Amino acid sequence: MKTGAKLLIEGLQREGVETIFGYPGGSVLPVYDELYDAPVRHVLVRHEQAAAHAADGYARASGRVGVCLATSGPGACNLVTGIATAYMDSVPLVAITGQVPTSMLGNDAFQESDITGITMPVTKHNYLVKRAEDLPQTVRDAFFIAGTGRQGPVLIDIPKDVMTAQLTEAPPVGSHRLRGYQPTYEGHALQIEKAVALIGEAERPLLYVGGGVIASGASEEVRRLAELMVIPVTTTLMGLGALSCDHPLNLGMIGMHGTEAANYAVTECDLLIAVGVRFDDRVTGKLDAFAPNARIIHIDIDPAEIGKNKPADIPIVGDARRILEAITHRLAGQDGRDGWLERVHRWKASAAAHSDGEDTLSPAYILQEMSDLLGSSGIIVSEVGQNQMWAAQHYCFRRPRTWISSGGLGTMGYGFPAAIGAHFARPEETVVDVAGDGSIQMNIQELGTVAQYRIPVKIVILNNMYLGMVRQWQELFYDRRYSYTELPPVDFVGIGRAYGVDGIRVEDRQDVRPALQAAFESDGPFVLDFRIDREANVFPMVPAGAAINEMIGRRQA
Amino acid sequence: MKPHTLHVLVENRAGVLSRVAGLFSRRGFNIESLTVGTCEEPGMSRMTIVVLGDDAEVEQVKKQLNKLIDIIKVSDITERSTVERELALIKVTAEPGESRAEVMQIASIFRAHIIDVGAKSVILQVTGDSDKIDALEGLLRQYGIREFVRTGKIALIRGSKSSKSQN
Repeated sequence: MKTGAKLLIEGLQREGVETIFGYPGGSVLPVYDELYDAPVRHVLVRHEQAAAHAADGYARASGRVGVCLATSGPGACNLVTGIATAYMDSVPLVAITGQVPTSMLGNDAFQESDITGITMPVTKHNYLVKRAEDLPQTVRDAFFIAGTGRQGPVLIDIPKDVMTAQLTEAPPVGSHRLRGYQPTYEGHALQIEKAVALIGEAERPLLYVGGGVIASGASEEVRRLAELMVIPVTTTLMGLGALSCDHPLNLGMIGMHGTEAANYAVTECDLLIAVGVRFDDRVTGKLDAFAPNARIIHIDIDPAEIGKNKPADIPIVGDARRILEAITHRLAGQDGRDGWLERVHRWKASAAAHSDGEDTLSPAYILQEMSDLLGSSGIIVSEVGQNQMWAAQHYCFRRPRTWISSGGLGTMGYGFPAAIGAHFARPEETVVDVAGDGSIQMNIQELGTVAQYRIPVKIVILNNMYLGMVRQWQELFYDRRYSYTELPPVDFVGIGRAYGVDGIRVEDRQDVRPALQAAFESDGPFVLDFRIDREANVFPMVPAGAAINEMIGRRQA
Repeated sequence: MKPHTLHVLVENRAGVLSRVAGLFSRRGFNIESLTVGTCEEPGMSRMTIVVLGDDAEVEQVKKQLNKLIDIIKVSDITERSTVERELALIKVTAEPGESRAEVMQIASIFRAHIIDVGAKSVILQVTGDSDKIDALEGLLRQYGIREFVRTGKIALIRGSKSSKSQN
């Protein structure tokens, strides 16, 4: 005899799941009872939202499907922000929730919520499993959906009586059975030919690459195409690490807080090769002024993204890696694009000449020191806000899957739990959560989790005692009326200590490097509280709705 | 903005209608009518959805619908030669005597059926395209329409072509 809960655990094992993140509760107790001696590691977080973010961080760091588990009602609802975060960034995730028994469904029973209804807009698909015999196949289908095509979160809601139902024999599990779901991987041959021709003809081409390149493992193909055809590359926030920061063709990040080189290049290019990107408003600014003179090749696995915001001259639906490979394979190479490269490099050089020369405790300095110390060995996870943009701008990302950040939803409180997940995916790497004092307080209770399991995540707090990015907007657009964005000083080292986590507060520039060294050398979790300039801003910046080359706060040459 | 008619073949499962309707509302697509019922393929249902929008909008509707896991096939039959029908039930005031006779005469011209007769009213059943039903409704209004229900549009491509899952 096997219970539904047992079938669920067996299903997870069949999918190769080793680690799940969760929080127990009444409706999910049969599963927790099975977990008690199952060969699947369960990490107990302190809030269900953290379970979802940890599973998400695990998925982004490893490229595999992350799994979280919660009880019905409030437990399930607390997952929603984490599921929505994963949905917006196309992260493969399976969320499992307990539910009240089928006989009580729809009765407003204790701790009941219609979680499939609630998560419908923020999941790729979801299931309410009403019979134990459907569990194995549902788990198989859920993992298949989450991890293929445009990846995304899938929720499986399981009533308690389905978990406890006894089956005499385990139902067979076939391959997936999804008539309506057949993602396209190979690009259309004719479209690829057209793209090849356009790339050959272009005088000022630009590669614009995003999270889809990371997801499909297409970094190598991007580098090869860029080098072969001498094409400068800009990445979105989600695409950082797709090409090493120090590659001569890399112009850095594009968009609202992108580099001058990237934003000018996209304005002047005559061919935009957009790969695994969705023309997000934080990238494009005013749509009409984005790549106004360029023909556009748009490569994406999700047909609905092509032409959604900006019409494409050559749409190619499929997997970025395979399509780039096919394109590069047909190209002979390019001698040079001297004029274009010269212009691009001039923009790049003028920005570089004006970087950090101050003697204060600036965020740029902290991040550059961190980059220097970690080299290519670290995984940087960020919270959301100024800390996130500073990390994106000043840390040098050299490899894919070393930058983990909530792009689409912009979820404060994401970073710390996601860093926990990233550690379990890649325990050999130093995992750092770059945080603001606002963001860290959104899931600070996870200090309990890192203390309990001695998870060696390093928390770097860029503490300005403000909700920094909101304050920056108030400074620039609301006449410095800092309405409810000031935060009182907090003794983060003391909070860490209360949980049993080491930490150092840093107030002077010369203490930055030793403090970072101490944190990285420690074999446990560590809190670094950097008291940075209170009113430091993130520049350059394109005001919302402005054209992408209309940057403010640009340092004058 | 013009009406587009979509045939959407879906898995016959709980919650599918809610997924489709939810997609329309949260993406701000303007749904004109939606009908759904089982069809010739076992385990599937066919929806006939009429959506108002320009070509780019409707293209986006189709792409978003295609992303739903339970949707098997989306076909735009707007430009195809189709037969289209709606069904309406109209309860109209018809006192015994002259007005009832007139109502019955109108019904017969529109090939509508009187399916219930009460002391002061009758219920008409009519099928046809939207224009025909609109016209009948307009004519009957002077007698007093007490209640009026109509289905959304259903449509089929003429001839041997179809919007089956495989063809």
